[in-house]
Amino acid sequence: MSTQERSLHDEIQDVLALYPSSRSATLPALRLAQERYGWLPPEAFREVAEALGETPAYCMAVASFYDMFHLEPVGRHLVEVCTNVSCALVGAQQVLEAFEAELGVHPGQTTEDGEFTLRTIECAGGCGWGTVVAIDHRYRERVTAGDVPGILAEVRGGEAAADAG
Amino acid sequence: MPAERIVLAGADERDLTKLAEYRAVGGFESLAKARRMEPAQLLDELLASGLRGRGGAGFPTGRKASFVPKPDQTQKPIYLVVNADESEPGTFKDREIMFSVPHRLIEGCLITAHAIGSRNVFIYIRGEYLHEFEVLRAALDEVRAADLLGGVTIVLHRGAGAYICGEETALLESLEGKRGQPRSKPPFPAISGLYASPSLINNVETMATVPKIVELGAAEYAKRGVENSAGTRVYSLSGNVVNGGNYELENGTTLRELIYDHGGGIANGRKLKAIIPGGSSVPVLTADQVDTQLDFDSMAEAGSMLGSGAVIVIDDRCCMVQLGLRVAQFYMHESCGKCTPCREGTRWMVQILNKIEEGAASQGDLDLLLDVCDRILGKCLCPLGDAAAMPVASYIDRFRDEFQAHLEHGCPMNGESSLDGIFAPVDQHHHSPVADAITR
Repeated sequence: MSTQERSLHDEIQDVLALYPSSRSATLPALRLAQERYGWLPPEAFREVAEALGETPAYCMAVASFYDMFHLEPVGRHLVEVCTNVSCALVGAQQVLEAFEAELGVHPGQTTEDGEFTLRTIECAGGCGWGTVVAIDHRYRERVTAGDVPGILAEVRGGEAAADAG
Repeated sequence: MPAERIVLAGADERDLTKLAEYRAVGGFESLAKARRMEPAQLLDELLASGLRGRGGAGFPTGRKASFVPKPDQTQKPIYLVVNADESEPGTFKDREIMFSVPHRLIEGCLITAHAIGSRNVFIYIRGEYLHEFEVLRAALDEVRAADLLGGVTIVLHRGAGAYICGEETALLESLEGKRGQPRSKPPFPAISGLYASPSLINNVETMATVPKIVELGAAEYAKRGVENSAGTRVYSLSGNVVNGGNYELENGTTLRELIYDHGGGIANGRKLKAIIPGGSSVPVLTADQVDTQLDFDSMAEAGSMLGSGAVIVIDDRCCMVQLGLRVAQFYMHESCGKCTPCREGTRWMVQILNKIEEGAASQGDLDLLLDVCDRILGKCLCPLGDAAAMPVASYIDRFRDEFQAHLEHGCPMNGESSLDGIFAPVDQHHHSPVADAITR
């Protein structure tokens, strides 16, 4: 991919230009790093800090505040089930249990093959169309427990198709 | 009364994510009109329209804008910041505005920027809203290419997963690249906000309403809705209702009309038990209050708040202790940790509610829970602590018998509650090998 040809440092410089203060680019810079590494390993913090003129400790202090930054490795696919009130009222628990059964992991865990990390999340903002499930940050709405095997097959199948192509 | 839509108007008939389509329905004509007006005149219009903020607090938009110093009164840049960090449980209206009428939001921003003399707009969009970010970015590219920005820059800034960043000063901290912890006020953002400069912070729906106010004129806009709640709102309807979704209705519509006429009534033939009328942070209403009007004053009279306009319908399968527990868990998870009453109090609330749900609590525990709520209310820098204490205290107040029954026999629903066993998110940062590696 063409974006990968540029260095993380250069990408962060582009973002810096949007703000009057370089520190404002901390969240975007961390996101760019996470897109490269899949999570935020120590070298990611060092690179981001260097590009921003901050310390790695500062960057980590910021990252640890926000749920979307991964301070531990995650699977290739992130499965996030909203379990806040509106989704819970319409069966989020059953959807979550279906994912647990299909994937053989509990929330917060990654499958042994490293393919899926399952998480529960707070309100995703799709309340009227619950249960909301985000797969790699793409929302699926009105998900029921019965939909779960099909969703996972689709994610796995989409990948097989991409590999074949 | 099926009122005309203002914010979502035209979105069902056309693809208003496209600039050409938006212009075909008169899009950006209000901006042209506004730019022919003096900023002071535009501010007067906003004031006269009676528009109140749609994020939750309901502060009059024109008044907030009038607190910002005029360009000749300050050496500093003036910022317009749009709060698109929609995260209040039950609320998903700003998301629909962004994915269906992004140009209307941008037009509202440009009009408001003209009114306060700002050249710099930041839209802080919650990190989870990836699709909405992409739609908004594409719309902004079109607006830029069509030369409509008029020298104003609009930067889309994505959050990274933190409810608290919807609080305006936490949002500013986050936008400055810090942990999203609220600031103490004063100074208020109008005087010292983003980068210690004058800043106006408005919600997405508020901004998307502005073009219509300019088009109609304030007096005409103010005829819509009811006293103290002018215009329409995009109500987010969710929970145990047949047709959940966003419904833009004139203010003053009753909950009954929203839930039964628009939402198709209670799902699965169940019975209505309770209604959360303004997002999970507001006090609950009981089923017999279903004729309450959706407007600021009526909701206050009924003992609740209109908040973000998120109506959560709860049927008779829901255990109110479990509801309280789930709501308290959420606010505990999202507490930024800065103020002790909120950081410690939300934890206490969760512990006591767990004990009540398990049937292991005494009368003293229930009294203690109310005491903890009382010690949070009004004692923190921002409203997050209140957002946990207010609803839970209201569940106890209005469903006292159910709480008492828990003390005597444990949960009367015997595992049949719709919320039974529901998982709160696990602590995402419970242990970090990175922390070990970096600090080594």
